[in-house]
Amino acid sequence: MNTATTPVRTIKARRSVFENIRRNLKTAPLTAWFGMIVILLYAICAIFAPLLAPYGESEIVGKAYQLSSAENWLGTDQIGRDTLSRLIFGARNTIGIALITTLLSFLIGGSLGVLAALKRGLLDQGISRVVDAFLAIPVLIFALMMLAVVGKSLINLIIILALLDATRVFRLSRAVALNSVVMDYVESAKLRGEGMGWIVFKEIVPNILPPLITEFGLRFCFVFLTISALSFLGVGIQPPTADWGSMVAESKSLISFGRPAPLYPAAAIALLTVAVNFVVDWFLHKTSGLRDGH
Amino acid sequence: MTEFEMKLKQVTKAVSRGKLSRRDFMSYAMSIGITAAAANTMFATAARAEPKKGGIFKYGSGHGSTTDSLDPATWTNGFNFQFGKSVMGAPLTQLNPKGEVTMHVAESFEPSDGGKKWIIKLRKGITFHNGKTLDASDVVATINYHIGPDSKSPAKEYLPGVTSVKADGPDTVIIELSSGNVDLPYGFTDYHLSMYPATDGKIEWEKGIGCGPYVLKSYEPGVKLVGERNPNYFADTWFDGIEMITISDVAARTNAYLSGEVHFIDRADLKTIDMLKSAPNTEIYNQSGPTPYTAPMLCDAAPFDNPAVRKAIKYAINRQELVDKVLYGYGKVGNDNPIGSQMKYAIDPQPQHTYDPEKAKAILKEAGIENLKVDFSCPPNAAYPGALDAALLMQESAKAAGIEINVIREPDDGYWSNVWLKKPWSMCYWGGRPTVDTMLSISLAADAPWNDTHFKSPRFNELLVQARSELDETKRAAMYAECQQIVHDDGGQIVLMFYNFVGALNTAVAHGELNSDQDSDGGYMVERWWMA
Amino acid sequence: MHPVLRTVLQRLGLGIVTLLAVSVIIFSSLEMLPGGYAENVLGQSATPETVAAFKRDLGLDRPATVRYFEWIGNALQGDFGSSYSGLSGSMKRDVSATIAPRLYNTFFLAAMAALIAVPLSLLLGAMAALYRNSWFDRIVNSVTLTTIAMPEFFIAYILVYVFAVKLKLFYPNSTVSIGTPFVEHLYRAALPAITMTLVIIAHMMRMTRAAIINLLASPYIEMAQLKGVSKSDVIRQHALPNAWAPIATVIAFNLAYLVVGVVVVEVVFVYPGIGQLMVDAVSSRDMPVVQACALIFAATYILLNLLADVVSIVTNPRLLHPK
Repeated sequence: MNTATTPVRTIKARRSVFENIRRNLKTAPLTAWFGMIVILLYAICAIFAPLLAPYGESEIVGKAYQLSSAENWLGTDQIGRDTLSRLIFGARNTIGIALITTLLSFLIGGSLGVLAALKRGLLDQGISRVVDAFLAIPVLIFALMMLAVVGKSLINLIIILALLDATRVFRLSRAVALNSVVMDYVESAKLRGEGMGWIVFKEIVPNILPPLITEFGLRFCFVFLTISALSFLGVGIQPPTADWGSMVAESKSLISFGRPAPLYPAAAIALLTVAVNFVVDWFLHKTSGLRDGH
Repeated sequence: MTEFEMKLKQVTKAVSRGKLSRRDFMSYAMSIGITAAAANTMFATAARAEPKKGGIFKYGSGHGSTTDSLDPATWTNGFNFQFGKSVMGAPLTQLNPKGEVTMHVAESFEPSDGGKKWIIKLRKGITFHNGKTLDASDVVATINYHIGPDSKSPAKEYLPGVTSVKADGPDTVIIELSSGNVDLPYGFTDYHLSMYPATDGKIEWEKGIGCGPYVLKSYEPGVKLVGERNPNYFADTWFDGIEMITISDVAARTNAYLSGEVHFIDRADLKTIDMLKSAPNTEIYNQSGPTPYTAPMLCDAAPFDNPAVRKAIKYAINRQELVDKVLYGYGKVGNDNPIGSQMKYAIDPQPQHTYDPEKAKAILKEAGIENLKVDFSCPPNAAYPGALDAALLMQESAKAAGIEINVIREPDDGYWSNVWLKKPWSMCYWGGRPTVDTMLSISLAADAPWNDTHFKSPRFNELLVQARSELDETKRAAMYAECQQIVHDDGGQIVLMFYNFVGALNTAVAHGELNSDQDSDGGYMVERWWMA
Repeated sequence: MHPVLRTVLQRLGLGIVTLLAVSVIIFSSLEMLPGGYAENVLGQSATPETVAAFKRDLGLDRPATVRYFEWIGNALQGDFGSSYSGLSGSMKRDVSATIAPRLYNTFFLAAMAALIAVPLSLLLGAMAALYRNSWFDRIVNSVTLTTIAMPEFFIAYILVYVFAVKLKLFYPNSTVSIGTPFVEHLYRAALPAITMTLVIIAHMMRMTRAAIINLLASPYIEMAQLKGVSKSDVIRQHALPNAWAPIATVIAFNLAYLVVGVVVVEVVFVYPGIGQLMVDAVSSRDMPVVQACALIFAATYILLNLLADVVSIVTNPRLLHPK
């Protein structure tokens, strides 16, 4: 009869992805829940922006710099567009741009970093020298120069920021991977004759992931900030595209008069940053293998 | 003047001389039926009216860069143009608030030979900050520094046709020109042409020693200038000292003003000007300038070589909307005459070019043009702040006239060398010039290097040359009027608007009538203003 | 040779290569930018004749390679040339003399911010790791994350609004001159230093926390805990020494940022540092000044990272005694 073997099998079988998620969520701390709910809300805003926003992205609905009112909950901006609508549309542009830029930079920087740490020698020296030269140039000033050379389009902006960010990611991933490749488990894997891919994905990546994930959380948010700083210096995202970083830069002079307008996009950035990093922290906690429930 | 006004004038005069207390003034004013609030304001205004010495004036400027220098031939921006106008420097002549020329280092200008020869008498007893007495050799060396063949000084354009500059004794300079120029004294108001001490025919500008109202204490380009009153200055000046600080960021400039760190800021943020207006003890400095924002079309490039196209486009632009949205109302609509209305000989050419899409359509139809499509090369900010916004607004308004404007976004970097003067239709601005002659000569004369419309009207050029040496005022005025009318009717220069100089001034500082030819009281701010 | 010494010498040698590479990158970027020095200085008033006169005077009419090798040749002998802006007259503006006071200001501000930020972030990071998931941890985390998530000019304007415009405790702008007394310089630079502290603290604090937590799961830490070593001693004596490598990297990165990344803070506070100088020089294409600034930034970066690497090697016996 099969009845006796069935339960053993189910215990041995790997949990399904869905089940894993359910189990993880059950044990997730309050902060992680907060982070996930915020991210979900932002995602909804980003996806359904045209349905949620009371007005269009670049629709002029009234006079400039109106205070909050029944028609415009958060007032209007410098040319009379509805601030709330622009915040909602901004979620789409801002998160999209930041996500693409960060993923691109981690893809390039991370893989080169691990490769360099693993191979050492000439390859490591070669990449490190090139990266060092670019790293040694101030990112804002270099981005300014490059945008002036290639033109200020959105795609150029993303590529330039991703490449400049990749140099920083390379530096960190190489440093942590370097610590990891001298560990005994990598040595023994090499002695066992494991392939390169196996060593990277089974031995090194899981061990260097925590600092990299932390970095991802911050880097993701740094992208808004860099765009914001570029807007401040006059070359960010070109109007009329709504983007939180540029929205702060455009309304900066209102702070001198104690008006809250620049606070809204800044708070939107801050809330997302905190949320993303709460989730990242939870992940970090899980991967670290710490069991104490402090 | 009514008796009431007479009396009021007498008492306010007494206040301004400090002879009448606030309480006495108030009781008097209220007795003749003026409300307490109004009387209070009147007292404050009157008490500030009479200049007196003292105080350190602090100015937060939106101009100035670390690459600036003390070399007068390199001055171009709103920070260092004041050096030559009234900080360390003093030119031969000045402009008064009415736009008329007054004598300064020079005592008199005497023309002869139809303006081809000028005898300049210098004021006696002027000393430089280092104690050296100014004489004719210094003046000759200063002028030659700017007009010499190797000079890169922009001052050249103000002294066209000067062939020789000679000293005749210690107090007289003789200038000879290839053709007559009645406006020569106006040319010498230019800030580059402030006087410097010379040895062996070479001027020394390196230490910033001039004969102007303030002695240079310290100067860090792009950061700060500190000056102290020149005790031996030959004219009146009021502040004990001045501090000019470069604060390029507009919000930082506003903060510096709001916290009382500086008395005056220029280039106020127009977006928040209404909030700035209600700050305590604040006077909004608002002078309409003679500085046009233009959209030049090359008159020899298709389709702008057709006068009907130029005329139609002039009617297809809603200039009032541009003033309201790009200048936030702080400006004046243009009427395709680059001469600001405050200038001598300015006219308002008729018919007024207002927004009339139907008329534009009719003009095009008459000329047999259908579906007009034109390219418009425009930078975001290089020509002037908000240039691209203006172009997009023009695109919208022209649609109603059946004209399709294709706005091409050009980069700010290299705009002046790569786009302007080269592309058929672009954006531009012009700084104020002291005379109609210079204004027209630099941008519209057929052989002018900056003729950005390739405008070549024989009648216009003939009149321009004639008027330059015409001594009869009425005839001269008529000639300039005709010039302006020709430009208005046929030119390729669309004068979109004139912007205002807008700043914020603390009422602790007082001033008289203001110059509007340039910002900062025409550059005479530090010399003419005083502590109330 | 001792491995640390060997690394240092090797890195210094490579640093010079990096500097050369930086100078090539900067020079070619400047060449690629539209418009040259003459066109930018003259702006709208440029005519072909005046542009040509400027170029002739400055030697800009020669090919780019000739100009580069001439510049690098002089630079290797310690002569960084003169700023283009002074060359039109009879007075030369030595690049070193132009940069020196700006450099002092920048290092002054960076040192001030570093002295506040580094100890504070290490302390907060270690405490957060020690009391992880407590309210203390969450609050420190959220507050530092919020400050790092604000654009730096936004933090700066808020500080100015509260402390200069409303409370009038500080100056709204930090204009300092060569003769500014030390104490006044400190006072004037206080708001920018606080701004920069708020900007960099989260990064360093979070890396400290992450690196320590990562190690707390190691068997030797568990062993120490089982031995009965107190929590703070576990962190101080067992975890922290092994966590230095990533922390040092992040600290080096942030210290370098304090020197090279402050242009926005300089603009808001009108602080005459080197970032503003470089932006001005880039926009006017003043090559000698741009190059000198870039080399200073690059050297700062290289030295700080060398330091971080030395720390990594010294604290990791496996790297110190490679097999």
